[in-house]
Amino acid sequence: MTPLVELRKVSKYFGPVVALKDIDMKVYAGEVHCLLGDNGAGKSTLIKTLSGVYPPSEGQILLEGEPVVFNSPRDALDRGIATVYQDLAMLPLMSIARNFFLGREPKRRWGPFTLYDAAFAARVAREELRKIGINIRDPDQPVGTLSGGERQSVAIARAVYFGAKVLILDEPTSALGVKESAVVLRYIVQAKLRGLGVIFITHNVHHAWAVGDTFTVLNRGRSYGTFKKAETTREQLLQMMAGGEELEALSVELELIAKKDPIAAAQVEQRLAEDLHGPN
Amino acid sequence: MTVKAQDERLKPIAFWQRLLLRPELGSVAGLVVVFAFFAVVAGSSGFLSWAGTRNYLEVAAQLGILASAVALLMIAGEFDLSVGSMVGAAAVGIALLAHPSYGDLPLGLALLVTMSFALLIGYVNGYLVLRTGLPSFIVTLAMMFILAGANIGFTKLITKLTIVSGLNEKIAQDPVARLFTGELLGLPAAVWWWLGVTAVLSFVLLSTPFGNWIFGAGGDANAARNVGVPVWRVKITLFMLTAAAATLLAAIQVMGLGSANVLQGQGKELEAIAAAVIGGCLLTGGYGSVIGAGIGALILAMVQQGIVYTNIDLDWFKVMVGGMILGAVTLNNYLRKLSLQVRR
Repeated sequence: MTPLVELRKVSKYFGPVVALKDIDMKVYAGEVHCLLGDNGAGKSTLIKTLSGVYPPSEGQILLEGEPVVFNSPRDALDRGIATVYQDLAMLPLMSIARNFFLGREPKRRWGPFTLYDAAFAARVAREELRKIGINIRDPDQPVGTLSGGERQSVAIARAVYFGAKVLILDEPTSALGVKESAVVLRYIVQAKLRGLGVIFITHNVHHAWAVGDTFTVLNRGRSYGTFKKAETTREQLLQMMAGGEELEALSVELELIAKKDPIAAAQVEQRLAEDLHGPN
Repeated sequence: MTVKAQDERLKPIAFWQRLLLRPELGSVAGLVVVFAFFAVVAGSSGFLSWAGTRNYLEVAAQLGILASAVALLMIAGEFDLSVGSMVGAAAVGIALLAHPSYGDLPLGLALLVTMSFALLIGYVNGYLVLRTGLPSFIVTLAMMFILAGANIGFTKLITKLTIVSGLNEKIAQDPVARLFTGELLGLPAAVWWWLGVTAVLSFVLLSTPFGNWIFGAGGDANAARNVGVPVWRVKITLFMLTAAAATLLAAIQVMGLGSANVLQGQGKELEAIAAAVIGGCLLTGGYGSVIGAGIGALILAMVQQGIVYTNIDLDWFKVMVGGMILGAVTLNNYLRKLSLQVRR
């Protein structure tokens, strides 16, 4: 099976800075491909390269087996690669329906004039949101009345509705609470079941583990490789993301604290263990 | 409009909640208050008479023509402080071009040439704002001074005066002038222009794809650009529109008075912004209403003309305008917050 998107030895340099080096990655239709890495690992550069913001310095991007060059984000969008950024590109005071169709307004003719088809926009926005489990009373209500998770879902629904084949989600759950994250994660699974290839960027291993099929771990611009869910564990992924080194330094630091204040150190250690492995 | 009630939190939306979503709601409340105030205080001394009504309608019309275009530009996230100076420049332009001793062009042609010049100025405003990335406040402030100064300079150079008069005969003979000075159903042409411009621009804003782009360009220009909205085209078009509105107002004034003054229109840019803000436009863009700006203009005109029929000294007009602006903006702000809350 040909991957929807394939990266072959993609590198990206900013002057003397090596942001990405020799990244290989394949994303198939109907899978959630998690892109993991700590801050500064190169996740953002990688998705910006994929979504047409930057051209790669070296290497190739293949779309359904064919080499492609994207000149702009719009170019990538037209080829079916939709990116939902953290800041969402939603206008809080604008209605849900108008946000949904911004830039691609449904049109109807009225004599010699081309009009915005508000009724169509309202109907489709309501329908698409119902499909993802958000019941809105009124598609004319401002987006500002939706919660963060719902807004994220609207942005995803919009990308899907406009025919995305590959959906890139940049940290969609990082600013959300537990319940809100669950809403977004559920919709990621729905998008995958519809046959989209989803690239899910996160540094939260629990969220990645919950929905991911495949995991690529980046560290300092290089890839540790791609792993199927069956081939790895949450702990291994976490270890790779942190790069081992930092965790060692951290335990040394904890020992130092322990000598001064054993109770505080124990609390820190326990909290850390929960953060890393989840409450058991 | 039927939704299966799968969620117990979904209640039908009350009519008043729907109303809260209208940006012009605050201005309607303001209009009622202002009208009631003058009806009580000055109702017996002529405010409620047909002549009184006609009076403030005409003042509102002149301001409203500017305010409707200014409102669109503000919704798109930009200001135009040069619009007042543009009125003066266009007025002198039309007058000089049509004047028997100078251009001696037919009125229609003089207007057409002036309009082309205005559109060019609007284009330059928009291009400079977008090209330099400077706030439109600064760019159009500069243009305001340049236009006002050049207007005085050129006019004095050509006529030795700051007033161009002596057009009455020409206006009386030219049928084109009747479009700007005539009457229909007892109301002056200016009022009909105002209603027409407001209706058309409101329609464009709410019912065309371009209108959606205006909201998008003002709400978040970057986000809008990313989804394919031609932000440059939208903003430049609207800068040209405000210059065109200024020229329309200049035509109405010149043909009504038979003369043009270089100082004409000065200060109108702020009054137009005030009308737009009273009508619910956000200074930061992305939100507002053309109808609201029209109501804002009506309120300001009512205060300005209404005060004549009371015992209050006319000098206090500006105090009332300032009070109106503060009150209206506070109310609009409160209503907007409320509209984001009731739907949760």
